[in-house]
Amino acid sequence: MTRAAVRYGVTALVLVAFTTAVLLLAGAPPWDAYRSLAVGAFGSWGRLARVLTVWVPLTLCACGLLYTFRIGLWNIGVEGQVVMGAIGATWALRHPAPSAPVAVAGALAAGVVLGAAWAYAAGLLKTRGGVNEIFAGLGLNFVAQGFVLWLIFGPWKRPGVASMSGTAPFPPELWLPTASWGRVAPVAVALAVVAVAATAALLARTRVGLHLSAVGRNPRAAALFGLSPARNMLLAMALGGGLAGLAGALQVAGVYHRLIPAISSGYGYLGLLVAMLAGYRLAPVPVIALFFAALNVGSIQLPLVLEVDSSLSGVIQGAVVLAVLVVHGWSARRAPEGTP
Amino acid sequence: MRTRSLAFVAAALAVALAAAPALAGDAFRFGLLLVGPHNDRGWSQAHYEAGRHVEKTLPGTQMVYIDKVNPADRPGITIPQLVDDLVDKGCRLIIANSDDMKDGVLQAAQEHPDVYFVHVSGDHALTGTAPPNLSNLMGRMEYGKMIAGAAAALTTRTGKIGYVGPLINDETRRLTASCYLGARYAWEKILGRPAKDLEFRVSWIGFWFNIPGVTADPTQVSQNFFDNGYDVVVSGIDTTEALVVADQKRKQGKAVWAIPYDYEGACDTAPDACLGVPYFNWVPGYTELLRQAREGTWKSTWLWLGPDRKDLNNKETSSVGFLPGPALAPEAKAKLDAFVRDLAAGKTNLFQGPLNYQDGSPFLAAGETASDRQIWYMKQLLQGMEGQSSAK
Repeated sequence: MTRAAVRYGVTALVLVAFTTAVLLLAGAPPWDAYRSLAVGAFGSWGRLARVLTVWVPLTLCACGLLYTFRIGLWNIGVEGQVVMGAIGATWALRHPAPSAPVAVAGALAAGVVLGAAWAYAAGLLKTRGGVNEIFAGLGLNFVAQGFVLWLIFGPWKRPGVASMSGTAPFPPELWLPTASWGRVAPVAVALAVVAVAATAALLARTRVGLHLSAVGRNPRAAALFGLSPARNMLLAMALGGGLAGLAGALQVAGVYHRLIPAISSGYGYLGLLVAMLAGYRLAPVPVIALFFAALNVGSIQLPLVLEVDSSLSGVIQGAVVLAVLVVHGWSARRAPEGTP
Repeated sequence: MRTRSLAFVAAALAVALAAAPALAGDAFRFGLLLVGPHNDRGWSQAHYEAGRHVEKTLPGTQMVYIDKVNPADRPGITIPQLVDDLVDKGCRLIIANSDDMKDGVLQAAQEHPDVYFVHVSGDHALTGTAPPNLSNLMGRMEYGKMIAGAAAALTTRTGKIGYVGPLINDETRRLTASCYLGARYAWEKILGRPAKDLEFRVSWIGFWFNIPGVTADPTQVSQNFFDNGYDVVVSGIDTTEALVVADQKRKQGKAVWAIPYDYEGACDTAPDACLGVPYFNWVPGYTELLRQAREGTWKSTWLWLGPDRKDLNNKETSSVGFLPGPALAPEAKAKLDAFVRDLAAGKTNLFQGPLNYQDGSPFLAAGETASDRQIWYMKQLLQGMEGQSSAK
């Protein structure tokens, strides 16, 4: 416990030192920069709403990744699964529905299904084709991105226009309703909270979680107990892909209201970082996702207030990961043999 | 010692906290949303510098800007969100400088009825879909593009002119077509050469600037042109790749040239390869709209501002201009100057029939002069141009 506390403290120190150095190098007064970031992320209800809007897909992706990490798979294809979810939602929204809520619900469902299917495909490549899931996932990410570009420039283009800008926006009745106090869809936040709770329950209290762990720790032994590693891997992939697909669908229905090439906003990859920094455990995920979301939203203040480039937030993000890894490495070295 | 340094830190903190960004007092703040970097030597820099200029010429105004406003550079961020930020900063007029922001700025204008909005290059006010607080602004770049086309035709030795196009829409069709009209006129009427010997090809990259992995790479597109015998490449995109590539090719001994776009300083990137630049000067437009907003005489309008025909490069009066580049040969320049004079005097009007669309269907009947709307909403490229008119 105390060791963990020390580790967190050291991590925070390294982190602050890193970022302060970066800010000084960039010519930004560090105190003002930190202040702008904080105020920019939490300074008003509207800002908080935006942070939550980013928090939702990050949390969904990271939750989904816990299933695959649990069974020992690196689902780097999460990015493509987000994109496919967005494609699924767009496809559904382009079709007439009896009512707007049905249309939006259908879009979210289509996103889940397509995201899960995409992950399942990567899983099949792994279990049937013997392709490492990292390569399968990366490949499928490229395919998904290519697919989205083709749809935007081809079949789903705006009439008379050929542009990578994006498809025509959906009519406002098909937008996920936003809260009165800010630009966030309460439904999206609720879905993310449910996803966290369901993941907690599924991993900790059900056989599914137990089986995933068993296969993850020792596939051969699990097989001896009658557990099929392949089937469980596919299940984990589909669960993770479904959540990623939901994230993509929410990007379409709740944020951009159309399909754009950068629809995933890189949240899949960022979700991987969140899950890793959380030590592959669920409890820290919402908090770390909130931190990244706040950084993402608050960083717009850097150019606005200090006239420094907001890509600095990317550097800070990188510094966070580095700091955690460095401290992780130190403590692993110092720890006596045999202790986890 | 220790208490003193602690006190010092505490004092520093207090000062830092108190020094919250001072509100502008009575200044009239306006916000600028730039699709590209503010120093892109193209479209966005032209806007940025006009804003800075207007800050000086209209005392009491103050600019706040956010650049790189596009989903590739700023993942997860939308136009209405950024408008919220600018309104929080006290902006009372917000200028959105990209076609890509069209839907977002309309939504934001509806959400903030007490803030004035300008969507550059859009047509909400023309089509009647704009709320009262939203105006449109654009420069009549057809003029500059015709001059650019003429400069290209007067220079090319191979008779092959390439055009690096952004995405395909009404705006880019009419600008590319204007460039072609200028080139064809110079080729046929000034140089007296047969039209069939002039090739004019446009290659679209898919967006206003390079987004790796999403658009075609404008550097590659320019290289392809030069490698295939096109010796003048005209840029229709926000950034200067065509000029940079032309300069590289020249250093390898090729006789090639380029014409950048948007920003009056664009030639400085590679003066030796630059035939000149048709550029936007947003100062008159910004000045007018800011004046309306400050004086309370605002009315939702669609402003399509032209050149000052007496003084094409006048900062205060000419909304579009053309600056000849160092690479333009003196005899070509003399011919170009004469062409510009004829254009300015109205002696030459290139948007006059008979003109056919690319597929042969009529655009303008013989003797017919195009109306603003006909030019604004061109449905295709023109007959004689190679390249896509719309998405396949």
